[in-house]
Amino acid sequence: MRCVSEDGPVAHERVLVVIPAWNERDALPSVLAEMREALPEVSVVVVDDGSVDGTAAVAESLGVRALRMPFNVGVGGAMRAGFLFAQREGFDYVVQVDADGQHNPADVERLLEVAHAGNDVVVGSRFSGVGDYTVRGPRMWAMRVLSWSVSSIAGTRLRDVTSGFRLSGPRAIELFARAYPPEYLGDTVESLILAHRAGLAIEQVPVAMRSRVAGTPSQNPFKSTLYLARAGLVLALAVLREPPAKDRL
Amino acid sequence: MNIQWTSLVAAALVLFVTIELVRRRQLREKYAAVWLVVSLLAVVLALFPKVLTTVSTRLGFEVPTNFLFAVAGLILLFVSMQLSLQVGRLEDRSQRLAEEVALLKEKLHRDAD
Repeated sequence: MRCVSEDGPVAHERVLVVIPAWNERDALPSVLAEMREALPEVSVVVVDDGSVDGTAAVAESLGVRALRMPFNVGVGGAMRAGFLFAQREGFDYVVQVDADGQHNPADVERLLEVAHAGNDVVVGSRFSGVGDYTVRGPRMWAMRVLSWSVSSIAGTRLRDVTSGFRLSGPRAIELFARAYPPEYLGDTVESLILAHRAGLAIEQVPVAMRSRVAGTPSQNPFKSTLYLARAGLVLALAVLREPPAKDRL
Repeated sequence: MNIQWTSLVAAALVLFVTIELVRRRQLREKYAAVWLVVSLLAVVLALFPKVLTTVSTRLGFEVPTNFLFAVAGLILLFVSMQLSLQVGRLEDRSQRLAEEVALLKEKLHRDAD
């Protein structure tokens, strides 16, 4: 990927798109084709999170590298493997993109632009005016409370902290390869707090979401309350926690 | 020092130790949650002992401390059950990882020849 930098006319940067995928054999081909079309210079790796439907084989048959997790580790665990891979292979930027096609590859350029303006983590936000993505009811309130809390702690206005569309720069890759939280809600809420506490700059970019290929999000008030309670605990503990030591996994 | 102070100090100590362990990244949220809830409840009971008496009488316990022991026993049972389940899962996973490494090593050696 080329860009104009301050100290030179053109700098070559290596961008890696990481796609965590769990049983996404059917959705993957169109997502990968679109990625190649929109971002021909960008490398892609699929992290097959213990799929039983041959997700990794599908990716490889399309010429895309795949990491096979030996068992299901969740999105956070899969992303951590992706960050470690990016670090070992010397990539400058990691972009997390969902395997179900809800993120538009064309938006990656916009995330990169914001990163070049001096940000370490850039979140593609679904509620910032672009597109018609909406959620209603208890789920909406849960997400709003969560966004508000994380924004207050991080000191940045973030409207969509649970977005799975994000870019991480060199400093974030170094941190996340070592300490990306693999637990529940760790990949969304806790990772942002972690980044903020490590002194990284977080910014958001409005993006349009496309409808999910399959599955409907929960609208159950009980589940939303439980979700919020768990998120609250994760949040409170994330704030208390010391940043992870460099010599400890 | 009366019993109220003793129990308050003990409960606060458990709460402090739990939070400190989480803060130092020695204890994960998953396992901290139950201890946080237990120690918070213990603090409440130490501050308002009437709550314990009322609840235990309502539930048919003749002596409030018996209620306390029963609850403590149940919590410990729950925690050890949770830990046993996790250990089983970890054993499965480490076995699987050993298999994966063995297969990869075999492949590496074969490719090297």
